[in-house]
Amino acid sequence: MKRLLALLALIAVHATAAGFDYALAPRQIAPDTWVLEGAQEDFSFANGGRIVNTAFVVTPAGVVVIDSGPSRQYGEQTVAAIARITDQPIVKVWITHHHPDHFLGNQAFAPKTLGALARTLTDIETEGKAFNENMYRLVGDAMRDTEVVVPTEALVAGIVDIGGHRFELLALDGHTAGDLAVLDHSTGVLFAGDLVFHDRTPTTPHATIARWLNSLDVLEALPFKHVVPGHGPVAADAGPIRQTRDYLKWLDGLLTQSAAAGLDMTEVMRLPLPKLFRQMAVIDAEFPRSVSHLYPAAEEAALHVSSHPAKH
Amino acid sequence: MPALPRLAVLGLALWSALAIAEPDPLDSARWGDMRAQLFAAEATVVFDPRVSVTGPLTAEDAMNVPIAVDATALPEVVEVLVFADFNPITKVLAFRPKAARAELAFRIKLQQSSPVRAAARTADGVWHVGGTWVITTGGGCTVPSTGSASPEWQRRLNEVSGRIWSRPEGNRVRLRIIHPMDTGLAASIPAFYIEQLAITDGQQRVLMEIDAFEPVSENPLFTLDLPPTVTDLVSVQITGRDNNGNKVNAQVER
Repeated sequence: MKRLLALLALIAVHATAAGFDYALAPRQIAPDTWVLEGAQEDFSFANGGRIVNTAFVVTPAGVVVIDSGPSRQYGEQTVAAIARITDQPIVKVWITHHHPDHFLGNQAFAPKTLGALARTLTDIETEGKAFNENMYRLVGDAMRDTEVVVPTEALVAGIVDIGGHRFELLALDGHTAGDLAVLDHSTGVLFAGDLVFHDRTPTTPHATIARWLNSLDVLEALPFKHVVPGHGPVAADAGPIRQTRDYLKWLDGLLTQSAAAGLDMTEVMRLPLPKLFRQMAVIDAEFPRSVSHLYPAAEEAALHVSSHPAKH
Repeated sequence: MPALPRLAVLGLALWSALAIAEPDPLDSARWGDMRAQLFAAEATVVFDPRVSVTGPLTAEDAMNVPIAVDATALPEVVEVLVFADFNPITKVLAFRPKAARAELAFRIKLQQSSPVRAAARTADGVWHVGGTWVITTGGGCTVPSTGSASPEWQRRLNEVSGRIWSRPEGNRVRLRIIHPMDTGLAASIPAFYIEQLAITDGQQRVLMEIDAFEPVSENPLFTLDLPPTVTDLVSVQITGRDNNGNKVNAQVER
């Protein structure tokens, strides 16, 4: 019996020590530029929250990382994956926005390297803890020991030269109230964050569609050769930008028309979806979510405020 | 009484209760409690697919879970009671359809994943129960309303907006009332919610009466459908009050 207990204890210790293996395999998409592509899925225990694309650029003056991923372990395994490719230190970690799958790997990096737009810093401060707790519920043990780290540097729009790479930081919004996009002029790679989704249904919990559409116009006008979306495959053309725009315009139009026609939210959630968008990953889950996020404003706009109290 | 016979009596009582009771189609551990708490012991309560409750399979926002109840497949519905088995406050609302159709859509707060059920009482006194499971991460009942943190609701309390639509199957009315609908379960915020509403047409005919409880979402929005027999609907009046005695009194034009 004693021996059995000891064996069980050993197994438990071993299982604890093993942690969650994201099996990160960086894929080079351009000179000096690697991407870690996430699954086109919802958060799950099986994927450990790896539904997001993160990336890094190796320069002679150090490595620039775009987004730290969904968990401490993801961040640590990113650091290890980078070390297998280069001896250069990580000098910058730019967080595109405050959604949990993009910044909860921050613990793995030196605090002084972490930067984000000022609005993103505020939003991580106010909402980060709740996001983190929710992620434990959604992906379980892969989140172990993950805590919120607010980046130290407030990034501003403009050109930053690192090791000969001319990075243009773009301070945009629409997916959230603060969306950073980064164009590496030296390679033509555009890191679009979640302003761009590709073959994966966009998420809208903090979206303002009109602002988002403006940001997409800004991105499409940039001289890029490759676009790295926040979710979905990397592309060599503006296809993902257009797809995101088409979906958002359709969604916005549908919600406005539905509210004007007096549909209830339960009815809107069950509307048939166009074939074009049915091909996007997880649309059956994301579409009702977006209705939940965005329909109340459309309803409010469609209702008339009563100005005359009834007289009896 | 010795222990053994007492157990036997208990067992017999349990067996007879189980033998009479239909199995709960939603297989909820709380159904027995719901049956005991919400319905008289002598009432006839049956599960009936003619009562449909529509909601999202997974609710994104536990404070605003959209629910539509439809009991129009039943004849002569007098009253419909909506409840959520696993909510800390189980009763969500009751409505009496009067001149409206026996259906109503609204949004509710859920504290955790739960069956959401509607029990429709027909003129013969029988309760017909339908429902659906809604999965949610929850917490919707113990969070302060947005309104409780904003000065705006005090100015707009009980302000009504709405609209009437003509549809081939009859008029549709949507009504939204500004109200925090605080459950009393968030720390230091007392229960503050709309209790009673009556919706009438221009001829003072009652279209629907609604008794609301704490789990109805903040700024309640109701969708009502009227039969084609209710014609010439130019405006509706909505009157009622909350649990603090504040009145709702508004007229919504087409």
